[in-house]
Amino acid sequence: MNNKADWSERVNPVVRSIPPSGIRKFFDMVTEMKGVISLGVGEPDFVTPWHIREGCIYSLEKGYTMYTSNQGLLELREEIVRDLDISYGVTYDARREVMITVGVSEGLDLAIRALVSPGDEVLIPEPSYVSYAPTTTLAGGVPVAMPTTVENDFRLTAESVEKKITPKTKILLLCYPNNPTGAVLRRRDMLEIAEVVRRHDLIVISDEIYDKLTYVGSHTCFPSIPGMQDRTVLLNGFSKAYAMTGWRIGYAAANPYFIEAMNKIHQYGILCAPITAQMAALEALKNGRDGMIRMVQQYNRRRHMVMQSFKEMGLHCFEPGGAFYAFPDITPTGLTSEEFAERLLMEEKVAVVPGNAFGPSGEGYVRCSYAASMEDLSEAFRRMTSLVRRSGVRPKTVVNL
Amino acid sequence: MKELLDLLESNAKLTESEIAVMLKMDEEEVRNRIRELERNKTILRYITLINWEKVGEEKVSAMIEVRITPQRDVGFDAVAERIYRFPEVRSVRLLSGTYDLGVFIEGKTMKEVSHFVATKLSTIDGVISTTTHFVLKTYKQDGVIIEDDEEDRRLVVSP
Repeated sequence: MNNKADWSERVNPVVRSIPPSGIRKFFDMVTEMKGVISLGVGEPDFVTPWHIREGCIYSLEKGYTMYTSNQGLLELREEIVRDLDISYGVTYDARREVMITVGVSEGLDLAIRALVSPGDEVLIPEPSYVSYAPTTTLAGGVPVAMPTTVENDFRLTAESVEKKITPKTKILLLCYPNNPTGAVLRRRDMLEIAEVVRRHDLIVISDEIYDKLTYVGSHTCFPSIPGMQDRTVLLNGFSKAYAMTGWRIGYAAANPYFIEAMNKIHQYGILCAPITAQMAALEALKNGRDGMIRMVQQYNRRRHMVMQSFKEMGLHCFEPGGAFYAFPDITPTGLTSEEFAERLLMEEKVAVVPGNAFGPSGEGYVRCSYAASMEDLSEAFRRMTSLVRRSGVRPKTVVNL
Repeated sequence: MKELLDLLESNAKLTESEIAVMLKMDEEEVRNRIRELERNKTILRYITLINWEKVGEEKVSAMIEVRITPQRDVGFDAVAERIYRFPEVRSVRLLSGTYDLGVFIEGKTMKEVSHFVATKLSTIDGVISTTTHFVLKTYKQDGVIIEDDEEDRRLVVSP
């Protein structure tokens, strides 16, 4: 027997086949440096509003430390249902059609595992958040990327969906407003996509975690498109709108059959989301609206500032309609995404995420999060400008707004 | 308009061009609006909030509850005016409750503040009584937490 056992070979080959996150390597570099301004963070720079934190403390004092039902606190589900009705006019049954998950991440995993059989194809827009494809692979499904381009403002079109449909296509994943591009879908786009969905009898998983962070027009909740509610699993949560990332509270809303199936996996894998965090989420929904609107207003101001900075820098950046990311085209510098991000970090101490971490079609771009203070943003853009200048990019005539 | 005021209230140092970018307005328009707001006294003054302790400056402040007799025609206003004209007085507010005016006074020493209350404030015609509360520590002022230790604890890079 070989005494130099290669334990890595004992790891499930499916897991082994999944490449490590493109962000990981970068993360390791950044953590060892000092004085770095980070625009690489995928979470709000606000701390959870105090009334929410205080609400959680109070619930602890009152002794809310037990399990909740698998689906989560009914009161919280009822508030979610109310919020969806008021915001988008979609109605769900809090008892049978909504469940609380440990962040949208778990919701996504549950939806995929509950619906995907081995070999089923899942259509995923690209660039997009890093977990959609691996989660599909882990469930035995086949992720199929649908590249989106800047020419189309990184919007998914009905044609690009249709092009990728095969007899094995089962699920269409939507993720708008989008991380990393900041793209939003217009209602018109959704109607056209819905037509394709209907024609090919697809199921939609719609990750709308950035819904409240929409600056251009108003967000259309996909299930509100006629005929789509029954065939859509809506995923959302509290992380972005209420600055509650670390609390890990999300929810899924879908027809009772899907929720029951997802709940089966959830009850054995997770049991229930932490009650303290559920109590905090309840407080957020009940009393957090004004605070949330103020945060969104601040993101929007920064968004304007970021757009102006790129214009002055001479890098083209399409105007993101949602989330808190800008996704500028860095190809005029002659660098790849990774080279740009690496040089920006080493030479100017500013961290951004290379676009290709979000799929090959993100190459040529970097993701800059504007969930940072105005002061940090100004300084970061000043530094970024000097790298861009050194790479020979000159600004075109700047037209002030 | 309100958003512009909101921005200036939280940071008076913002330049007109910065405000223009943030609010997607024309710089010229921002300038004109601010000028107009200053002219009609919507914007009264640009103030800097300073933690004087950091430079070793000792200041004593006190909140004084003042009960007064309202007067015919002018109510509390005449007495309030006599009080707020003193430069030592930082703020004067008419309040509901067990006393009438809440007066904030600032001085160099406790003696100076007490002296002011005893000789100037309580002797004004119409002032029935005063109760002086010296400030021991300021935790938060004008919406700003004085010793805020909440820092950015986020991971530097995350998806």
